[in-house]
Amino acid sequence: MRIGIDVGGTNTDAVLMDGTAVVSSTKTPTTANVSEGIARALRDVIADSGINTETIDGVMIGTTHFTNAVVERKHLTPTACIRLGLPATVCLPPMVDWPLDLRDIVGGNAHLAHGGHEFDGREISAFEPDEVRDIAEKIKAAGLNAIAISSVFSPVNSTFEEQSAEIVRSVIPNANITLSSEIGRIGLLERENAAIMNSCLRQLAARTVDGFKAALDELQIASPFYISQNDGTLMNADFAKEYPVLTFASGPTNSMRGAAFLSGLKDAIVVDVGGTTTDIGVLQHGFPRVAALAVEIGGVRTNFRMPDTYSIGLGGGSLIQEDPLKVGPRSVGYELTEKALVFGGDVLTTTDVIVAGGGEDIGNKHAVSGLDAGLVTAVQARIMEMIAIAVDRMKTSATPVPVIVVGGGSILVTGEIEGASEIIKPDHFPVANAIGAAIAQVGGECDRIFSLAELSRDEALDQAKQEASDRAINAGAAAESVDIVDVEEVPLAYLPGNATRIMVKAVGDLVGA
Amino acid sequence: MIQSVTLDDTAAIAVGAGILGTGGGGSTYLNRLRLNIELRKQGRAVSVIRADDVPDDAVVCAVGGMGAPTVSNEKLQEGTEIKTAVRALEDHLRREVYAIVIGEIGGGNALGPMITALQTGLPVVDGDSMGRAFPELQMDTFMIYGLAPAPFVLADTHGNVSIFKRIGSAGQAEAFARSLTIEMGGSAGLVMPIMSGADMKATIIRDTLSLAKRIGEAVLDCRARSIAPAEIVAALCNGEVIFTGKIVDVNRRTVEGFARGRLKISAFDDFNKQMEIDFQNENLIARVGEDVLCTVPDLITLVSLEDGEAIGTESLRYGLRVAVLAMPAPKELKTPEALAVVGPKAFGYDVEFSPMAGDLL
Repeated sequence: MRIGIDVGGTNTDAVLMDGTAVVSSTKTPTTANVSEGIARALRDVIADSGINTETIDGVMIGTTHFTNAVVERKHLTPTACIRLGLPATVCLPPMVDWPLDLRDIVGGNAHLAHGGHEFDGREISAFEPDEVRDIAEKIKAAGLNAIAISSVFSPVNSTFEEQSAEIVRSVIPNANITLSSEIGRIGLLERENAAIMNSCLRQLAARTVDGFKAALDELQIASPFYISQNDGTLMNADFAKEYPVLTFASGPTNSMRGAAFLSGLKDAIVVDVGGTTTDIGVLQHGFPRVAALAVEIGGVRTNFRMPDTYSIGLGGGSLIQEDPLKVGPRSVGYELTEKALVFGGDVLTTTDVIVAGGGEDIGNKHAVSGLDAGLVTAVQARIMEMIAIAVDRMKTSATPVPVIVVGGGSILVTGEIEGASEIIKPDHFPVANAIGAAIAQVGGECDRIFSLAELSRDEALDQAKQEASDRAINAGAAAESVDIVDVEEVPLAYLPGNATRIMVKAVGDLVGA
Repeated sequence: MIQSVTLDDTAAIAVGAGILGTGGGGSTYLNRLRLNIELRKQGRAVSVIRADDVPDDAVVCAVGGMGAPTVSNEKLQEGTEIKTAVRALEDHLRREVYAIVIGEIGGGNALGPMITALQTGLPVVDGDSMGRAFPELQMDTFMIYGLAPAPFVLADTHGNVSIFKRIGSAGQAEAFARSLTIEMGGSAGLVMPIMSGADMKATIIRDTLSLAKRIGEAVLDCRARSIAPAEIVAALCNGEVIFTGKIVDVNRRTVEGFARGRLKISAFDDFNKQMEIDFQNENLIARVGEDVLCTVPDLITLVSLEDGEAIGTESLRYGLRVAVLAMPAPKELKTPEALAVVGPKAFGYDVEFSPMAGDLL
């Protein structure tokens, strides 16, 4: 059996799954100490089902903790950055486009050195070990041991990053080093930004992951545990300590993967209605469609493959203004169970209107029996209109598509959605995100520029697929289960020799799961 | 007209250059960052002069970046490539350059020349040779009106400089510059053409830097007041909003190194009322049914309905809510000589150019 946990800003959800069946589920408030909330959710979900903890094969945790640390500028370790590429790249040094407050916290300790590659694999300049050693000494003298290393076109050739890491380790034995080639794609500043953020989150990651482990130990759960990544796949605990940035935006991914699983659909629109916002995303072949543009985290540009979601200010706690009629974006949020009319409060929320309309029986429905029927109809219509516009925005073709509705605020969806072929509210919809975590697979990616003058297109594709599969297996996938789920080829404008960027993603089931 | 560019102006100029980019011209993000850094470092503004302030016998040169955006975003420049090229040119000519000229006002190349101006201590001329963005070197008013493509200079990150003393045609300059750029690692600084003040004044499209700033300021002002900017921008450019709606289809392929494609936009109130736009890096032809509403060289730019940000052809996708701006080309692009190079037929479309009324500025 597997346990999936989603630690959100407001709630920590947990589900216990036996194969494809949901055995039990729970929703508890997220606590300041994330591990406590997880321990409570685990206790609830286990007690509820009465199972023996020895039958648990794995615990999968999705968390927004690391994203929040960057957004709130908390628990970040000062980090140095070494970039290899001189004489190129001088005009835009590392962290150049960071918000100043964040740069102050992280330290702005940046160094440039020779090295780097051209797009076709030639060296920009020769690697100079002594230069890197001198830089390492300076970093050591500054008292830093968190370091990010980037090199121009390292997704094509990462040797210089690796050689530098070795030298830095010889100078700073306890160095905590992130190589940009391990976590990012082509686009130097964005990839380097991600590498720096990763290094500055590692201490927090170690503490947090150890906290998760302690929570599991306390409940005598001996199974391995995993953390979910933004692409809907898992990493094991050790890997998560190394690469905390890969958890960014895993929340929306989990809820969309959960929606796919619960509905059995692989291509659909997912509408995740929460307390304050509704996130709309697109499932393609069972995975979230990723955003095409740079994504900012806490004001820093990155090029992670984030799910392409569109959010609107509509949720179960959204406030209703009567004249002129307005629904959201203001919300009572987590205070819904105190402030809404049906819970004895004095604020008119979307939940009150749905109860008054007879759609749900929540709290004290007599508290809303006096609501004007015209208002109730108008609000319900407005809610559906807001959702329809947002769904329409995310659609990939003019043909009607199925819409899966999940999340705690799903009761808001009461009618038809224009452009939807059907509306599916699967069982267990409030905990779709925890289910998404529980069912996650492990994956690997390859993103490189191939010159099709030297290789045939098929050879290049095979190489890229092999690389992606190897990475999936290294991440813990069972070799026989690895599947290529995404191949993207982008011919590069203005370059000769049919230079083509190939991006491949492979996923597989966890070994033993 | 503007006399200088300071840190307070770069946001507006970047937005305006994006809108004049007609879907191409590349992102303004990195060059704006670089310009801001250079402005802070130098502690002074970019000095901007009118084209007519340049003496007839002075030497001026247009500058820009050459190469694939994917490469430029990864192998960032050293930063003084173009300055090195300008200095090498001065040595070669034994003449001092009087001012820097912007080759292309649409997109990221609008901002780069101001960095060179700051580094060399030279002023930049308010104007450019496209009034928008185009994909190739020969598609500018300097070449169209017969200025010599040679000498031209390319410089790379290592300080290597190549001066072409003679070249047969602008088309050959394009071909040689491309292949040398590849050898230089896929991105290079370009100085082309080099011309006298008199020749520049006879061929340049005047005041387009000021226009970019005016457009950008209008957009930023609309954002601050939460109103849709499209109509206001169109009016500033003597153009009009020819369609609003949602992108419903994007069909693209890469042919001979250029992105070509067609997009469809549906009106909000009637799905069957659709605009089709053909693009090749830039937006080229806008149609509703059989009616051609606007063609190159007139400007066709898609802006995001809410915030007026220009949408590049590489970022087009289903669902974006857009306004389509059509703006008349500057008069310099509408002569028979110009249309032979930048008219719809030059891009392979069997469509007559039916100009919008008026001129860009």
